[in-house]
Amino acid sequence: MADAPQKPAPQQPVGGRAAMQMQLAEKFKNYKHVWVFVEIERGRVHPVSWELMGEGRKLADDLGVDLCAVVLGPRNDDTKRAIRETYHYGADVCYICEDPLLAEYRNEPFTRALTDLVNRHQPEILLLGATPLGRDLAGSVATVLQTGLTADATELKIADDKSLAATRPTFGGTLLCTIHTLNHRPQMATVRPRVMAMPEPDSKRSGRMVWHSLRMQEADIVTKVLEFVSDAQVEKANLAYADIVVAGGMGLQNAANLKHVQRLAEVLGAEWGVSRPLVQKGWAPAERQIGQTGNTIRPKLYIAAGISGAIQHRVGVEGADLIIAINTDPDATIFDFAHLGVVADALAVLPALTDAFARRLSGRALAS
Amino acid sequence: MSEKLIEPEFPGAEAMDAPKPASKAETGLNIVVCIKQVPDSAQIRVHPVTNTIMRQGVPTIINPYDLFALEEAMRLRDEFGGAVTVLTMGPPMAEDALRRALGLGADKAVLITDRRFAGSDTLATSFALASALDKIGEVRPVDIVFTGKQTIDGDTAQVGPGIARRMGLNQLTYVSAIDALDCERGEITVRRRSEGGVQVLRSKLPCLITMLEDTNELRRGTLQDMLRAARAPVTIWSAEDAGIEDALKCGLRGSPTVVKRVFAPSPRAEKAEMVAVEGKTPAQTADAMLDLLFAKAPKLEADLTARFT
Repeated sequence: MADAPQKPAPQQPVGGRAAMQMQLAEKFKNYKHVWVFVEIERGRVHPVSWELMGEGRKLADDLGVDLCAVVLGPRNDDTKRAIRETYHYGADVCYICEDPLLAEYRNEPFTRALTDLVNRHQPEILLLGATPLGRDLAGSVATVLQTGLTADATELKIADDKSLAATRPTFGGTLLCTIHTLNHRPQMATVRPRVMAMPEPDSKRSGRMVWHSLRMQEADIVTKVLEFVSDAQVEKANLAYADIVVAGGMGLQNAANLKHVQRLAEVLGAEWGVSRPLVQKGWAPAERQIGQTGNTIRPKLYIAAGISGAIQHRVGVEGADLIIAINTDPDATIFDFAHLGVVADALAVLPALTDAFARRLSGRALAS
Repeated sequence: MSEKLIEPEFPGAEAMDAPKPASKAETGLNIVVCIKQVPDSAQIRVHPVTNTIMRQGVPTIINPYDLFALEEAMRLRDEFGGAVTVLTMGPPMAEDALRRALGLGADKAVLITDRRFAGSDTLATSFALASALDKIGEVRPVDIVFTGKQTIDGDTAQVGPGIARRMGLNQLTYVSAIDALDCERGEITVRRRSEGGVQVLRSKLPCLITMLEDTNELRRGTLQDMLRAARAPVTIWSAEDAGIEDALKCGLRGSPTVVKRVFAPSPRAEKAEMVAVEGKTPAQTADAMLDLLFAKAPKLEADLTARFT
């Protein structure tokens, strides 16, 4: 279930609320500074946290406030390194809670630590990665704090009234909407990995540390982690970080024709993916899905074959340096944001393109 | 099974004091699956001039992710006994989705519908659903609440955690499998998808599970279920019926988020450069594509060549 924003609702069109002005209650007026939750799983900082720091830095500068990182983890070298790196990626302040109970992610202690920190230090904006961990945590924290949370924001800006304007796809990715949390604080949003650019770290930067204690015991926590089965043991798609991606859509006509996409990907040493309808039809596994609800990609080259380019797909691929689109429909929306377009049948062009790449690249390789 | 929560080794759980069930053996599991009726997104169209959603004639479906939750709930019921109730919040026509769920094998259905729910964001939605779940639990405490991973229209994945937190349920999101359920001890072991791997978690009932996609095979409803679904009464509750006293927490008024603008994205200033295809064979088209590609991005050719060797 999960859902929303379900607005505009039929009975009360968006117009009525869109004109709403910010009227911040007295208790929220001291809420200040931009916070980024730094996601550490099994000792490793998720890159989305640094991407958020880059974005958070811009928001903090616009508001003239501090950028603060929140690091929750056990007391060890991994956590220490994460704390140091928060400054390299732009933090002025790092809020730290070190406790053995935070060694592996569980909802209860993480929700407690983060809500306690927010209530105590009162940030105006709190950003988290839209990962399994970040979404699990953000939903809980926003409910405890009774504040607004925008999922999967694709753009964050400070509005004229100094509130956070979070834009995201809506209606299954057919339109975009801009959401504000006008009268509650903090204003919360999650952002998917790779949606924001990775900032350049500055290893000379340093900042202030603020410590917090969890005040929980293992006996307080109902859920126990029995085991962690790492994906390293199985082969997984790594679309989000691939340099070159080839993907197919409904223009492929059937599941068997995915082989043309895979073949081109193989020749280019690329990852392959699909648009959402193919996953819904069961032609490809969910981990291969490209778009808002699948993988967001930022490759150097993206080749989209037989994909029409719905908004939910567009926001997942717009970070690509160069997009080539192949589609039989000259009016397909993908040509609105592709760099190079071909009006043709993907089933005919893909094999020809595979041959052409193989010929040309091997020729160059031999010549050099 | 909720009485097990007051075991001394879990003092933190005492806050969730649900009343004792009459008898586990007689009644089995009380499972509620929260579902949502959504437009079949593949068929949504945007009006080209006004940029508004054209809802007319768009067929509705049960949110596909919710079906994995429903199947898992029915599997547990079949194995351990008990009943599966489907619950949804929506307009009166959302009753269709509930009937479809009954046809697939759910035992009972509850629709909460009220104009005061209109415009709910995720916080207000989880409030309304948690209120209805509390009401359902008055008859017999709820052991497990299921939801899908997220909906295909909102895509937030926030309502499940919201319900769990409001009701003090143990929150188990992105579950790919339920490995074990011990009704006597009120213990459940699940596999939870996380970054780079799967957590095997042991938790306690009552809990909230958001079920991952492709984790089970949805059964076809039996003819008996279909016939029953057509006649079965769907319980319809207003906000008041669902035990909601504070209407300020519902709908638009209970929603901290405000949608300020809905819009279609603007095309890039620069349109795609189109490769001429007329009169060309696919091979010639492919060559023309590479010429244009490498003219646009000379460095890419070197990169690709390096990868190829």
